[in-house]
Amino acid sequence: MSLLEEPIRELGRRLRDGEISALELTEEALTRIEQLDGKLGAFLRTTPESARAAAMAADQRLRQDPAGSPILCGIPVAYKDVLCTAGVETTAGSQILRGFVPPYSATVVDRLSALGVVPLGKLNCDEFAMGSSNENSAYQATVNPWDQERVAGGSSGGSAVAAAARLACVTLGSDTGGSVRLPASFSGVVGVKPTYGRVSRYGLIAFASSLDQVGPLAKTVEDAALVMTAIAGHDARDSTSVAAPVDGFLGDLRSGVRGLRLGIPREYLEVGLDAQVRAVFEESVRTLEALGATTQEITLPTTEYALSAYYVIAPAEVSSNLARMDGVRFGPGAPDATTLRQAYEEARHRGFGEEVRRRVTLGTYALSSGYYDAYYLQAQKVRTLVAQDFDRAFAEVDAIISPTAPTTAFRLGERTDDPLAMYATDILTLPANLAGISGISVPAGFAAGLPVGLQVLGPYLGEATCFRVAQSFEDAVGVWRHMPPLAVAAS
Amino acid sequence: MQDGDGVPRAGSIALAELAHVSSLARLGLTAPELAKLAAQLELIVAAVGKLSGADISSVEATAQVGGLRNVTRADEVEDGLTAEQALSNAPVQAAGFLRVPAIQ
Repeated sequence: MSLLEEPIRELGRRLRDGEISALELTEEALTRIEQLDGKLGAFLRTTPESARAAAMAADQRLRQDPAGSPILCGIPVAYKDVLCTAGVETTAGSQILRGFVPPYSATVVDRLSALGVVPLGKLNCDEFAMGSSNENSAYQATVNPWDQERVAGGSSGGSAVAAAARLACVTLGSDTGGSVRLPASFSGVVGVKPTYGRVSRYGLIAFASSLDQVGPLAKTVEDAALVMTAIAGHDARDSTSVAAPVDGFLGDLRSGVRGLRLGIPREYLEVGLDAQVRAVFEESVRTLEALGATTQEITLPTTEYALSAYYVIAPAEVSSNLARMDGVRFGPGAPDATTLRQAYEEARHRGFGEEVRRRVTLGTYALSSGYYDAYYLQAQKVRTLVAQDFDRAFAEVDAIISPTAPTTAFRLGERTDDPLAMYATDILTLPANLAGISGISVPAGFAAGLPVGLQVLGPYLGEATCFRVAQSFEDAVGVWRHMPPLAVAAS
Repeated sequence: MQDGDGVPRAGSIALAELAHVSSLARLGLTAPELAKLAAQLELIVAAVGKLSGADISSVEATAQVGGLRNVTRADEVEDGLTAEQALSNAPVQAAGFLRVPAIQ
């Protein structure tokens, strides 16, 4: 068994007891990446030299003060390529940022570095995190470790696959409409979408600023909770970050679900759920009931409009945020252009892939004079209705449960020519982003050999409840120990 | 597209209008790319046009969640990037400045 298959708590104990070293753990991770990632395509680049240096520093820290070293000290991690890493190329999966080496790191990266983690490299994603399959990366498609003919899910597909194949102990992704939870569901790992403002966005390359949140992907709920505890909390460099205390993620983890009221949104079961996904979900409900939770049907009536509202608001923010990608300050630029306008157009035409062009155009259109009220303003009002739906629901229940996605991982290429089908993949995840609430996807089982996720949504700043439900569920079903066939064969 | 009253009709985008929007966004799209995009946007705009069916008569727009307002920091000078750092990724630079072609 690979060391990377063990939960962080166990690795931490072994690191402190001197049974293993952070350098050994790091070498094993690097070897696994070398053996397995040629097929999976999770990493865009690895940083073995700086990883070894970080591991040696962690080992020194662990030797000097084993009891006082942070639990994450010496733990190998990897970051989605939308997170800036000082001195390490960061492309957001786009040609327009090819060669971009940030002069600073994202706050989440700095916080984890301060605790002594070992960063292994940067993970593939859909270009600027726009996509649900990872097929929109300008560099490579990450494939699903359970079936390499299928997608990893997006947009944090590299992050999900690296966690699923145990190439890193934990990874970070970003979730704008489901981009952590969806690939977590498709690849069989835990993925957290924090409350908007819970985790700093400083150094996260912006997709849709009112929706984006950074969250961890990990093999177990506790591993994800450990990382959330490290990255959450106020950051003066992000004016949308919330000054709420970060506690209870770990303390309440094993409090069980007895007496908790769980809501099942009627509308979420009416979105064309795959029959096997529905069966796994129904089994999950029975499991949670057997653990002592009570379940009840609830209604989120604005669900039918949420997808449309999202696909107006997110592209509108994209069209504004991506204006900075002009080829002047970073990226390959357009050195042969003779006018400024030509330089912009050349840099952006060469630099942006189809999905990004589509969303920039859609957003520009929705914000343009004559359409603003009909699309953007209307969508913002529908956003209010979506939030009110959740407010009403959380007056009755402690958490909301549903499948994370209507289907399991689909085949590569299946939805690339049908943007609307691709967008509908996020139908069960994006309402939480519009409302800014907390959520998690936890492995629930398998349908025809492919992972199915259970989504647990909590209220605003309600991560502790999500973690508690997810942990109790994970302990009962135990599917996290199942390894993708590829990793088993090579380990 | 707009009808005679200036009210947008959902689900209908003229190619010329799309070319204008794409030009505003400096996307430099070619004619075949525009044609493909027009067909796709037609479908997407028709789908999101569903929004008009929502009853929003009693709600205000939400631009951001969380309710934070007027977040400021102390008006004190802090270290930022050095000029060298800020220029370190520029494809073309000269004498400590970003260099771009002239506006014409």
